[in-house]
Amino acid sequence: MDDRELRELVPAVIGILVRRGASFASAEDAVQDALVRALETWPDDPPRDPRAWLVTVAWRKHVDALRSELARQGRELAVEREPPPGPVPTADDSLRLYFLCAHPTLPTASAVALTLRAVGGLTTRQIAAAYLIPEATMAQRISRAKKRLAGLPLDQPGDLATVLRVLYLVFNEGYSGDVDLAAEAIRIARQLTRLTDEPEVAGLLALMLLHHARRASRTGPGGRLVPLGQQDRSLWDTALIAEGVAILQAALARDRLGEYQAQAAIAALHADARTTAETDWVQIVEWYDELLRLTDSPVVRLNRAVAVGEADGARAGLAALAEVSPDLPRYAAAAAYLHEHAGDLPRSAALYAEAARAAASVAERDHLAREGARVRGQLAGDPQHHLAELTTRRERLGDSTSGEGGAAPAATSD
Amino acid sequence: MKYLLLKHYQGGKAPAVDFVPMDQWTPEEFDAHVQFMHDFAARLEESGEFVDAQALAPEGAWVRYDGEGRPAVTDGPFAETKDLIAGWMVIDVDSWDRAVELAGQLSAAPGKDGKPIYEWLEVRPFLADPSTVGE
Repeated sequence: MDDRELRELVPAVIGILVRRGASFASAEDAVQDALVRALETWPDDPPRDPRAWLVTVAWRKHVDALRSELARQGRELAVEREPPPGPVPTADDSLRLYFLCAHPTLPTASAVALTLRAVGGLTTRQIAAAYLIPEATMAQRISRAKKRLAGLPLDQPGDLATVLRVLYLVFNEGYSGDVDLAAEAIRIARQLTRLTDEPEVAGLLALMLLHHARRASRTGPGGRLVPLGQQDRSLWDTALIAEGVAILQAALARDRLGEYQAQAAIAALHADARTTAETDWVQIVEWYDELLRLTDSPVVRLNRAVAVGEADGARAGLAALAEVSPDLPRYAAAAAYLHEHAGDLPRSAALYAEAARAAASVAERDHLAREGARVRGQLAGDPQHHLAELTTRRERLGDSTSGEGGAAPAATSD
Repeated sequence: MKYLLLKHYQGGKAPAVDFVPMDQWTPEEFDAHVQFMHDFAARLEESGEFVDAQALAPEGAWVRYDGEGRPAVTDGPFAETKDLIAGWMVIDVDSWDRAVELAGQLSAAPGKDGKPIYEWLEVRPFLADPSTVGE
């Protein structure tokens, strides 16, 4: 049978699928998939009854597609209800697969891709789409990663920390294209909690759930970023929050604190508050102190400074910020926020503009530019700030004509 | 046919109207601008003409080869951001005229006081793969 004859079968096969209850669109998709498969396999292995073959394969594709659609909505439920087909692998086998996919010798992007495919069960195409990369590139990345792993001795104990970091990265990628990476990360982390009772795994799952619970409130019209303080808390998913808190409490009770548990504790304190004002900032600062002790990370130090600003006032926050290197990403954004609350609006506006220029995403850039515009708007309505605003603008434009105006730094004077 | 609509910061061609820099807009003016861009891309997706849109950070550097065994030379950060490319949109349309029509619409994005910014966009056709027929 040649390609032409094969294609002549397609309308009939679509018709059969539709009669069996598939929608036209999904039947057409399924037959298209079956067609591609037929073109690949028939030259070597021609079926006795091509039409019956196409119907069987297309129907299977249709059922698969239906399942994956359902899975997108409730993959976790499906996992709970359906026993896995074939022999059940042991927990150790599964855990080894996690370790392998996130092996420390793999480049991060490869570990992420391999984890999503082998552990998460996504197709190469889905992974490529989620990361906005050509499918061929993603296929190559995965195949190189597998080659790299082929020579490794696999009897060594795995590194759970790298597994958790990979899942954390997948979660942070959020939602792009057709694949909800945040939901996938949660699903995989949940599987992982069934394989190991390490409290940090539970801590990461709790952290993800607590952040995921706020997702609907995090973006406004046109994809605009909504900061925590302005989020509509009625949109928060209280069931997810309750689940995250319960998982975290059980983990903390084990008394083996780690960075994911500490981060989850901070997320839980935010989730627990009805308003920003009601947030227990003092306790949040204490958790940041724990995190610093565990990680000594400059990013944690920066976030801690913002929390200190809420707990003890903006001046205290700025003092804490003084211990952080200004080269750090988001330093200008944190400084802009604290200076605004300390009442130095001109400086805040200039810092917001600087932060917008340094932003790492369009949403963040737009948010910071808008915050800058908002602060300048307050300046315009307040005559006391006019002079200062002019000074700041001159600084920003690099105009060094004069040092008058009080707030101008000495460096710009002639 | 694919076309690149190239956005510059404020460089490129001399502006047609006085451009009030974005950092002097009100939050509402800013929102309107962002929403316009968002809606524009959504409309092109709807019409089947959208391919890609990306924004670039102003930071970066010039880089070049510096001879065998030597590390590449870098020259940066950039002193002037206004001559840089700010981002682009790639569209796939039937004709040059359609590309021009869309670029014209994009250039009308609202700015200060909600008035169009009259931004110059650089429109460049992609060099396509050779066609199968007609060799």
